[in-house]
Amino acid sequence: MLRLFGLLGEKTLNSLGRLGRGTQFLLRALVGVPALVLRPGLVVQQLYAIGVLSLLIIVVSGTFVGMVLALQGYNTLVNFGAEQSLGVLVALSLLRELGPVVTALLFAGRAGSALTAEIGLMKTTEQLSGMEMMAVDPIKRVIAPRLLAGFLSMPLLAAIFSFLGIMGAYVVSAFALGVDEGSFWSQMQAAVDFREDVLNGVIKSLVFGFVASWIAVYEGCDATPTSEGVSRATTRTVVHTSLAVLGLDFVLTAVMFG
Amino acid sequence: MTNSVSHADPDVLVDVRQLCFRRGERVIFDGVDVQIRRGEVTAIMGPSGTGKTTLLRLIGGQLQPDAGSVHVLGHDVPRLGRDALFRMRRRMGMLFQSGALFTHLSVFENVAFPLREHTDLPEPLIRDLVLLKLEAVGLRGARDMMPSELSGGMARRVALARAIALDPQLMMYDEPFAGQDPISMGVLVSLIRRLNDALGLTSVVVSHDVVETAQIADRIFVISEGRVVESGSPRELADSNSAWVKQFMHALPDGPVPFHYPGPSLEDDLLGRR
Repeated sequence: MLRLFGLLGEKTLNSLGRLGRGTQFLLRALVGVPALVLRPGLVVQQLYAIGVLSLLIIVVSGTFVGMVLALQGYNTLVNFGAEQSLGVLVALSLLRELGPVVTALLFAGRAGSALTAEIGLMKTTEQLSGMEMMAVDPIKRVIAPRLLAGFLSMPLLAAIFSFLGIMGAYVVSAFALGVDEGSFWSQMQAAVDFREDVLNGVIKSLVFGFVASWIAVYEGCDATPTSEGVSRATTRTVVHTSLAVLGLDFVLTAVMFG
Repeated sequence: MTNSVSHADPDVLVDVRQLCFRRGERVIFDGVDVQIRRGEVTAIMGPSGTGKTTLLRLIGGQLQPDAGSVHVLGHDVPRLGRDALFRMRRRMGMLFQSGALFTHLSVFENVAFPLREHTDLPEPLIRDLVLLKLEAVGLRGARDMMPSELSGGMARRVALARAIALDPQLMMYDEPFAGQDPISMGVLVSLIRRLNDALGLTSVVVSHDVVETAQIADRIFVISEGRVVESGSPRELADSNSAWVKQFMHALPDGPVPFHYPGPSLEDDLLGRR
């Protein structure tokens, strides 16, 4: 029993230590962000690697999530004769929840893991050490542009996800389920509030983008410089980001809509 | 940081005194003294695992000593702030054992990297400088290749061109000959000496390749078990009376450094008595 408490204490201290180191690391990276104004090329490169290269998975997932949402929603709403409200259901689900959350989960799998692996391998092959010895701060040169690009990419990806989800739902509703097009759009227009729904969704995805990018770059820098270490760090990025996004989503939802 | 500037012998570029460093419980250095003189090629030698690379990292300020002092280019390295440390590093170059080339950049861009980061030179001048540095290591023709297309020896030469891009005063080489074929090794040996003399550098070579290092070094420090066991010119070390230095310099398989790693006797092991 004593051993169990000891183990629990050790794990807790380790986790708190990691959180502390991660926060220090984040502060150092944030200090490097303003200087990126003078070197926008570094951010643009990362926006391409993180944002543009994630587009395919976002486009496909968004469209299919919207289509499935329409099918499932229709089956329930039709029992109450409320199938004309399908547009509202789909739009609110996507803008408030599924858009930001699913995008963040896909981001963790696609871009977060790639970021961790890239930085972890740079550390393993002494590229980060080499940069330090060339008097170039890797936190400012490598980490800060990736952190900023991840933060900026997430709301854009979430917006594309939600837009395509709504379009997918519209196609299924109007052409397969026979829902009236006018009702689909007009009810959506009447029920969706810009500040309450759209803006809150954007705030959520900004928070998720910040946290997901932070975890990804920190895990990369903190990775043990071996192939196994990088592999573990990549896994940790996906797991920790997913858990953080789901936990934060609950908190944000409670604050925004509770 | 005026208090970090030393006024010691101006001929000594790197002055390490009574250096102590440990990793966890393991003592790596226990009172090491090393002086590296301006314009010379100094070799730090010793068996694997004696902390030779660690010494370079302490000189470069990537690690902090537990005790003792490290003065480089007149600066007290452990007491330097981050900005001052980075300013000092602009005056030193380091060749990593792995080369540490940026895998997403071409050979040309790798060599141009420090120039782009630290200077505002116009593009045509950067191009000329990079080509001259690559010419110095014989790889001007490989400028468009990617690091993954280079052999181990070529990668190290590109890394060398990059390390001298900002014309450093001090060059540090971490195991430059490890894993090289005889031709690449010969090229690197002559390059280190030639660049040192032609560019007026001061070089520190960490290596356990006795023959190659002894060819180019002006002075050798032999480190073992956390201390400098002997230092002097290659000839002085070759004629040393120390049994340990003799074993190391003449690559004898057994001697003060035993062939067998300490452990229970073979008899006990085979009879399962442990």
